[in-house]
Amino acid sequence: MTGERRILSGGDIRRALTRIAHEIVEANKGLDGLLLVGVLRRGAPLARRIAQAVASFEGASVPVGALDINLYRDDLTSRPQPLVRPTELPVSVDGRAVVLVDDVFFTGRTARAALNALMDLGRPRVVQLAALVDRGHHELPICADYVGKNIPTSLGEIVQVRVSEVDGVDEVAVVDRAEAREA
Amino acid sequence: MTTALAEERRDARADGAAPPRRRHALDLDDFSRDEITGLLDSADAMRELLRRSIKKAPSLRGKVILTLFLEPSTRTRVSFEQAGKMLSADVINISGSGSSAEKGESLLNTALTLQAMRADLLVVRSPHSGAPYFLARNLDRMGVVNAGDGRHAHPTQALLDLMTMRRSLGDLAGKRVVIVGDALHSRVARSDVFGLRALGASVTLCGPPTLLPLDLLRGGGAGVPAAGIPGVSVEHDLDRAIADADAVIALRIQQERQEAGALPGMREYTRRWQVTEARYRKAKPGALLMHPGPMNEGIEIASSLAHAPGALIEEQVTNGVAVRMALLYQLLTGEREGGEA
Repeated sequence: MTGERRILSGGDIRRALTRIAHEIVEANKGLDGLLLVGVLRRGAPLARRIAQAVASFEGASVPVGALDINLYRDDLTSRPQPLVRPTELPVSVDGRAVVLVDDVFFTGRTARAALNALMDLGRPRVVQLAALVDRGHHELPICADYVGKNIPTSLGEIVQVRVSEVDGVDEVAVVDRAEAREA
Repeated sequence: MTTALAEERRDARADGAAPPRRRHALDLDDFSRDEITGLLDSADAMRELLRRSIKKAPSLRGKVILTLFLEPSTRTRVSFEQAGKMLSADVINISGSGSSAEKGESLLNTALTLQAMRADLLVVRSPHSGAPYFLARNLDRMGVVNAGDGRHAHPTQALLDLMTMRRSLGDLAGKRVVIVGDALHSRVARSDVFGLRALGASVTLCGPPTLLPLDLLRGGGAGVPAAGIPGVSVEHDLDRAIADADAVIALRIQQERQEAGALPGMREYTRRWQVTEARYRKAKPGALLMHPGPMNEGIEIASSLAHAPGALIEEQVTNGVAVRMALLYQLLTGEREGGEA
């Protein structure tokens, strides 16, 4: 009955993505060769918003793509089957500085799958990872280069990132796992 | 690890629930509209993989798929093999000749032997209607996919036909599809009818009265309601049938399945039921023209049309690989209830 805790509001998300956008451009010394790739499903709208932020302060556009990682998961036979969606990249990843964008960075297994999926598409010059939320409990030697907010969580909780393009609202909430199952 | 998995399920939250777990794919008559739509969506995503220079993803790594073809086939067998290999499954092909079937081993004993080797899925083509059903009933671990059984069903061909039509026409509800030729002996026509009806399209069967499947129209066949299937009609005159059609599927004349007397002479057949340029022009502008292959050019379809713009016959072949990838992915991934996975 504790309900869910809202961690980030729509305004918080916007400010965090704007900061990440600045950090990406700064770390890569400009937009040259940059490619933003959102991990489907909720990473894709986040990547588009980062690109919009970059466009607003740099006055130039960055290519944005969407990557489906479901065919690369390591748990395909131990969970309900995920829907496969089309991967769409506007340019080749060869020689690019690719920034993967995901909503939650947790075990690192999604990032591992995304790296494999990306490498099957070509040979990027460098790959970086941006996540709106880093909730800890990493299980692989992978960490995010750009983080919107670090949220310490217990394994009994679920971090739900909601974006208006998919969920009709912008917010990040922490939900108790047992309650989430009932819902 | 198990607790972490639950978090990774987050996409299952709003991304649509997983389709019902299915072990066999025997015909489209037990596929719901949602299940077909889900498969076609997934197949659209698989097509992206076909365009890559590295055409491989690891999702079915460690799965063993057997193809057992007891009838000749090029496209279906190669298509299944390619689909399995692109998803990293191990695919082993068995043909009737050269296997123990030649020594008189029964189909069931062959299948039980293959199951004992821990294969995950058997893709079977048989000249006998119902053979895949019989296997599915008697195999407790291995899934069965029907790759064509006699004159009964060919569900993956129907799925690729639906995919091809949907990619060009969008939502198929309310669309009118003409299937012309020997529908009586055509497992493609039967599966197409079930799939098209599930997606809300109407179907006109056209051909000689002796070669139309009366059980589909008047009821009485397997899986067919007593009153026949609503939305399916008959028109023997191809010029009338084709008028304003959204899509035309020409069927192969199956010499190997003809009983004496059912098929009019080739000359008469060609004159009355060949899809010609003049007839094709009577369909809606931009109407799709399809054929399940292999084509008898100059018999059921005019040679000039077979490779003309508007003809989607090669597109069908490409979609066939994508749709089989989607089906194999659906059958071989996802949680397994208990026991040996």
